[in-house]
Amino acid sequence: MDGTAKILKFELQDVLRSKWMILYALFFLLLTEGLFRFGGNQSKVILSLMNIVLIIIPLVSIVFGTMYLYHSREFIELLLSQPIERKKIFWGVYSGLAIPLSAGFVLGVSIPSLMYGIHTSQEAGMMGMLIVAGVFLTFIFVALSFSISIRYEDRLKGLGLSILLWFFFAIMYDGIVLILIYTFGDYPLEKAMIGVSLLNPIDIARTLLLLQFDISALMGYTGAVFHKFFAGWTGMIISVVFLMLWVGIPLFSGQRIFNRKDF
Amino acid sequence: MKDNFGIRLTGFVLLLIFCFGVSQGYSKDLHVKPDGTMRSIKQALLLSNNGDRIIIYAGRYTEGNIIVDKSVSLIGKDNPVIDGEGKGEIFTVTANDVIIDGLIIQNAGISYVQENAGIRLKEIERCIIRNNKLIRNFFAIYLAKSSDCLIENNEIQSAGTTESSSGNGIHLWSCRKITIKDNTITGHRDGIYFEFVKEGNIIGNVSEHNLRYGLHFMFSDSCMYSKNIFRDNSAGVAVMYTKSVTMTGNTFEHNWGPSSYGILLKDISDSEITKNVFIGNSTGLYIEGSIRMKIKNNEFIRNGWAIKLMANSYANIFSENNFIGNSFDVATNSRSNFSTFQGNYWSAYSGYDLDRDGVGDVPFRPVTLFSIITQQQPASLILLRSFFISILDVAEKMIPVLTPETLMDTKPMMRRIL
Amino acid sequence: MIRIVGLEKSFKKLEVLKGVHFEIKPGTITAIIGPNGSGKSTIIKTILGLVKPDKGEIFVKEQKLNGGSSYKKAIGYMPQSARFPENLKLDELIGMIKDLRHNPADCDEELFTQFELEKEFLKPVRTLSGGTRQKVNAYIAFMFNPDILILDEPTAGLDPISSSFLKDKILQEKENGKTIILTSHIMSELEELSEKIVFLLDGKICFEGSADLLRINTGEDKLERSIAQIMKGHA
Repeated sequence: MDGTAKILKFELQDVLRSKWMILYALFFLLLTEGLFRFGGNQSKVILSLMNIVLIIIPLVSIVFGTMYLYHSREFIELLLSQPIERKKIFWGVYSGLAIPLSAGFVLGVSIPSLMYGIHTSQEAGMMGMLIVAGVFLTFIFVALSFSISIRYEDRLKGLGLSILLWFFFAIMYDGIVLILIYTFGDYPLEKAMIGVSLLNPIDIARTLLLLQFDISALMGYTGAVFHKFFAGWTGMIISVVFLMLWVGIPLFSGQRIFNRKDF
Repeated sequence: MKDNFGIRLTGFVLLLIFCFGVSQGYSKDLHVKPDGTMRSIKQALLLSNNGDRIIIYAGRYTEGNIIVDKSVSLIGKDNPVIDGEGKGEIFTVTANDVIIDGLIIQNAGISYVQENAGIRLKEIERCIIRNNKLIRNFFAIYLAKSSDCLIENNEIQSAGTTESSSGNGIHLWSCRKITIKDNTITGHRDGIYFEFVKEGNIIGNVSEHNLRYGLHFMFSDSCMYSKNIFRDNSAGVAVMYTKSVTMTGNTFEHNWGPSSYGILLKDISDSEITKNVFIGNSTGLYIEGSIRMKIKNNEFIRNGWAIKLMANSYANIFSENNFIGNSFDVATNSRSNFSTFQGNYWSAYSGYDLDRDGVGDVPFRPVTLFSIITQQQPASLILLRSFFISILDVAEKMIPVLTPETLMDTKPMMRRIL
Repeated sequence: MIRIVGLEKSFKKLEVLKGVHFEIKPGTITAIIGPNGSGKSTIIKTILGLVKPDKGEIFVKEQKLNGGSSYKKAIGYMPQSARFPENLKLDELIGMIKDLRHNPADCDEELFTQFELEKEFLKPVRTLSGGTRQKVNAYIAFMFNPDILILDEPTAGLDPISSSFLKDKILQEKENGKTIILTSHIMSELEELSEKIVFLLDGKICFEGSADLLRINTGEDKLERSIAQIMKGHA
C-alpha cells in the first residue's frame, strides 16, 4: 500500500471517532429529517438545505481544518521522522480529513432523504447536485484551511484568517459584486459577472445549484452570454472545472509550502 | 374486361345521378382510389351532391387547390395523403356541413402574400374537421367568419424555423361557437390563434414547441379554454384585449425565455384563471392592465417569476394558490398595489402558526427586495439565492422601504392546498 | 556516520545556526548540549529533515540529504514530547508506525515488555499520561533496530525505573554498534552515557570532545560546572 493510503487509513480511524465529526454528521441527519418532517414539500427542504450547504459547510470545513492541522502538528512531526515522503503525508492528512467530513455530510443528508423517497421524486436531480456541491465545498475549504494553517505558525492568526476568509467568500463577496453591478450598471456586465462569480467557490457552487433550481428564471434573462452559459452543459462544465481548480490550487500551493516548511 | 366493367360502372353511376338528380335526403358514397375508376378527389366532388360521402383510399393525391363547395363528407381510409407539393392551398371549404375526417394533408405552400392553409373554412357553418394529420403546412387549419364548427383530434405538425415563413396551427378569425378539442399542434408560428372569436371552446389540446405562442388570443370574449397543455412554446400563451375568459385546468409548462410566459394577460377583465398548473416557466403569469380577475386554486411550481403583476392592474383576487419553489413568487413594478392576495400557500413562507389553525400568524410579503434589484439591474440575477441577498431580503421584509407595503398575503396557509 | 558541513539556519530574522560543522562516528554516543535556544533541536530536526537548512550539507551514511526520505529507514527518533491522533488506540498507533515501515518481522519489543505497555495497549492514546507517551516514543524509536538513534531529552518525564531501563537500552545498543545522538539537560545522564559532547552556544559549536576533555579544559571536575564556566566565558 502507498504511504498516502496508509496515513489516510489511520487518519480515517482517528477522525471518524472524533466527537466533532459525529456531531457534524448528526447535525445534517437531524436537520434533514426535521426539514422533511416539518418542511412540507421536498422543494422547500432542498432549498433550505441549500442555504445550509453554502454557509455551514465552508465554515465548518475551514475552521475544523485549521484546528485539526494545528492539533496534529506533533503527530505530523512524528510522521516526518519516518521514511515517508512529505508529499504523501500531506495528501494522507488532507484526504483523511476531507473524506470523512464529506462523508458525514453525504450520509447525514442522504439517509433521511432516501427514507422520504427523494430518489424516486422529481427533486432527485436537485438533491444530487446539492450533494455534489457540498462535497466540493468541503474539499475546497479544507484545502484553503490547510494552505492557511501551514503558512501561519500562530494558531490564533491562522484561525482568525480562516474565519475571515469564510466571511469574505460567504457574505462580503456578493455584497461587493452587487455594488459593482450598480456602479457599472450602464455597461454590458454579463461576461464580467460570470467571471467574477467563478472567482468565489461558494458562488460557483451556488451557480451550479441555480442551474438545477432556478433555470427558469435564468432563462428569463435577456443577455445572450447568460443564455449560452446557463443553457445546456456549458455552465455546468465550466462550473465544475472551476470548482476543481478551487480544490487544486490551494491544495498544491499548500503542498508546496508543506514541502519546504520547517517543523 | 376489367376496363369494360369500369366504364359500365361509371355509366351506371352517371345514370344514378341523372335519375335522382339533386334530391336532398338521399346520400351516396363515392370511392376515390389511385387505381380505381375515380382517381381524383376533384372528380368525386364534381360528381357528388350535398350529403354524399367521398371515401378516399390510401395513396398520394396531388391535385393542387381543392375547393369543397358541396356539403359532403371527405373520409380517409387507411391514411390517404393529400399533398399540396408546397404550392398554394389544399382544401378550401366554402360549403356548410362539410366533414373532413382521417386524411393526411401536407405541404400547403409557404407564401408571404397569401395565407395558404391545409384546410380553410371560409364563411361556413357546422363543419367538422377530425382525425386528420396535417404535416408541414403553412397554415394548417384556417377558419374565417365561420361558426358552429368542431375541430377535433387532429395531429398538426410543422417544422417552422422562422416566424415569417411559418403560419399558425389552428387559426380562427372572426368566428363564433367553435370547439377545438384534443388536437396536438407543434412547430407552427402560433399553435392556436384566436382573433375576434366569440364563445370558443378550447379543450384538451396539446400545443408545444411552437415558434411564438402556444395560444394567441385577442379580442375574443366569452371563450373558455380548459385542460390544455401549453409546453415549450417560445413565448408561451398570450391572452389580450378580452373579457370574460375562463381558463381552467390547463398546464403551462417550460416556456423559457426573456419574453416567454405561461400566460401573458394584457387588458383582460372579469375573467377566471382556476386550477391551472404553471410549472417551470420563466414567467408563470404576467398580468398587465387587467381588472377583476379571479385567480384561484392554481399551482405555481418552480417558475422563474410565478407572477409578474403590473401596477396598472387592479381588483384582482389571488386566493388558494400554491407557490412552490419559484425563484420569485411575485414581482411588480411599483410600490402601489391594488390587488388582493389571500389564503395562498407559499413555500418561501417561514412564519409560524401558534394557534394551529393552519394559517400563518404573520403575513407573507411575496415581493422581495431582490426582485426589485433584478428589475433595476438584470445582471444581478446571478446573485440569486446568495446569502447576502437573503440578508437584504429579510431586512426589507421587516421594514419595507422599496417593496409595496400593501402587497401581502394576510392569511398565508401553512400547508400546501390540495 | 553523520557529517554536518557548514550548517546555517535562520527562522525569519533569528539566526539559529551560524555555520556548524561536526562529524559523528559510527558506534558512538554523542550528546548535543547547550542552553535553551542554542540550536540543539534545530540540528536534530535538520538531520531528520524536519527543518530545511539555509546553507550547508548533511551526510548520513555518506549520502547527502537532498529531500528524499528513504535514509530515515536507518533512523529511530524519540521526540521530546508527542501528541498522537486523539482517537486512536495505542495498538492502532503502533500498528500504523509498523505499517509505515512495511511491517518488518524482527521488531525490537524489549522496551515494550520492560515498560509494561501491554496494559495500555487497548486504551485510546489521549488517555495516556505524559510519562507513558514518552515510553511509547522510546519504544517506537528502538522498534526497528535502526543504525542511528536520535533521542531528544530521552529520560525527561520518565520515572527512575523506566529511566534506568532506557539508559541500559541506550548503552546496550551502543555495544551493538549503533550510533546514538542525544540531547539532555541532566548532567548525570550525560556523564553516564556520552562519550562525546558537542557544546552549542549561540548557534556555533564552542566545544567538541569527550566529557573528560571538557573538564580538563575548564579546570572543573564537575561537568555541570565546566559547562557553566564555558557559558560565563561567552557571556
